[in-house]
Amino acid sequence: MIRFESVTKRYPDGTTAVDDLSLEVPRGGITVFVGPSGCGKTTSLRMINRMVEPTEGRILINDEDVADRKPARLRRSIGYVIQHAGLFPHRTVLANVMTVPTLIGWDKGRARTAAMEAIEKVGLTADQASRYPAQLSGGQQQRVGVARALASDPEVVLMDEPFSAVDPLVRTDLQNEVRRLQRELGITVVLVTHDIDEAISLGDHVAVMRQGGHLAQLASPGELLTEPADDFVASFVGKDRGYRKLGFTTTQVESDPEETVALGEDVPAGRGWVLAVDEDGQPLGWVDRQGGSGGPVREEELHRMGSLAEVGDSARVFLDAALSAPSGRGVVVEDGRVVGTVVPERVLEAIRARGGSAA
Amino acid sequence: MIGGVAWSTVGDLLLRHLYLAGVPLLVGLLISLPLGWLATRYRWLAPPMIAGTGLLYTIPSLALFILLPLLLGTRVLDDANVLVAMTLYSVALLTRTVADGLGSVPGATRQAATAMGYGELRRTLVVDLPLAVPVITAGLRVAAVSNVSIVSVAALIGVSQLGQLFTEGFNRNDMGPIVVGIVACVALALVLDAGIALLSRVLTPWLRAGVAR
Ligand SMILES: Nc1ncnc2c1ncn2[C@@H]1O[C@H](COP(=O)(O)OP(=O)(O)O)[C@@H](O)[C@H]1O
Ligand SMILES: [Mg+2]
Repeated sequence: MIRFESVTKRYPDGTTAVDDLSLEVPRGGITVFVGPSGCGKTTSLRMINRMVEPTEGRILINDEDVADRKPARLRRSIGYVIQHAGLFPHRTVLANVMTVPTLIGWDKGRARTAAMEAIEKVGLTADQASRYPAQLSGGQQQRVGVARALASDPEVVLMDEPFSAVDPLVRTDLQNEVRRLQRELGITVVLVTHDIDEAISLGDHVAVMRQGGHLAQLASPGELLTEPADDFVASFVGKDRGYRKLGFTTTQVESDPEETVALGEDVPAGRGWVLAVDEDGQPLGWVDRQGGSGGPVREEELHRMGSLAEVGDSARVFLDAALSAPSGRGVVVEDGRVVGTVVPERVLEAIRARGGSAA
Repeated sequence: MIGGVAWSTVGDLLLRHLYLAGVPLLVGLLISLPLGWLATRYRWLAPPMIAGTGLLYTIPSLALFILLPLLLGTRVLDDANVLVAMTLYSVALLTRTVADGLGSVPGATRQAATAMGYGELRRTLVVDLPLAVPVITAGLRVAAVSNVSIVSVAALIGVSQLGQLFTEGFNRNDMGPIVVGIVACVALALVLDAGIALLSRVLTPWLRAGVAR
């Protein structure tokens, strides 16, 4: 839906920020522009809403050349989120989010309603809506930035390093939030980041760019990990791409049946690792009965479980469950209930059976 | 009577002083807003513009009061001479202030505004200018006090205001009017200063909203 046709941008000082870029951002989904700092990601993004004008080539949205649109009008129709949120410090959260609805001429009531909806969508409260940006945490401010971009229901939302300035925990939250919103609203998101992990976990399509504004590869994350187009992409994607690729491999891993016990149940010594579950069949932890003495299972002797694999998860999740369990058997659940366990060999067999390749 | 001067005379002179200092301050601000905006909008304009307007401030006030009638074709005793001179001094101080204020708006905020679809004029008025208020009012306070002080010099060319008390006291060899004049000038400066500070507070509620969650 957004098409770059041989787009080149040379800044007045002679820097070629983007060089003959041709690519198509498909409708819906999240397309990520990723690459090292200074490779022209921001410039590319800004040419979409004419914050930067291309030197050569053109950009079409729904087959319409953006150069034919009035810049201010065009920008009002496209959501935009930047790194430090770029909120207006002198306006309340609500007023910030009402910006675009007001600019496109909605009456106050309608603009207000739309803004409140957007504020709720990103997980903020009505109470927070009346505060000033400085009264919110960095993560909350970034949510306001997202709400502001969404308030007028744009088809396209551009995001420039939206999560770089927040701490990792908050970042994961925001990433999930953006993914959920994109799915829910069916919008087209173009997101710029220098973080390849973010690109791979968040993108439906990933455009890897290299220094000098060249497109190195545009592919799905799985493809990028399996078949990097060249050495640059391979090294940018990183060393452990074989393992990370498993994150995009959904396999039919058959779990082995696991005999479970309840708390208080008598388990003799020498039975090895035993999995304890509650009355609903939800896993509680592992009990060590390799040696020592037997007796009823007590809550204090439970070992942590390791990560859980849910039926349908990627091979990476299954393998991680198997590797992180103290028993060497990863717990597989469905709707929270234990359905069995897997040993690493099982997962590897399943990967091998799939031809070992992702995507 | 106070210090040998009628209360009503002090009141009249005070109002005259306020008029001669205050009106040019407002007019100067109105002129400085577009000038300061030009200086931030076109970077190359900033150095000559700020140096040029700043230079105005170095012209001795007495010289300006005497020269202006020649340049403007006004009568020597005309208030217009003082009003124009004080406006020039206000512009000299405020152009830089406005440029600094507009320049203090974070680039990210300005870019976000543009990306939302603000045209340049509208953005300047509803985003940049409100954010520049603290810097601009700080400059206004300086200019207000400076105006009150410079206006008194106009007594030497016979335009009546509080400065007149100084010349009178000097001619009559009487400290009374001089002290009254000084106290009234200081009071006026303080009131203007406080008034602008208050205005700034009212215009910037976001700066005092309690911080953090
Ligand atoms: N306004 C500008 N004037 C001159 N050069 C610029 C300008 N903006 C960016 N550049 C240069 O263009 C290149 C690409 O910049 P940018 O698009 O910001 O990269 P990225 O977002 O990938 O870090 C860099 O070399 C940068 O220094
Ligand atoms: Mg960038």
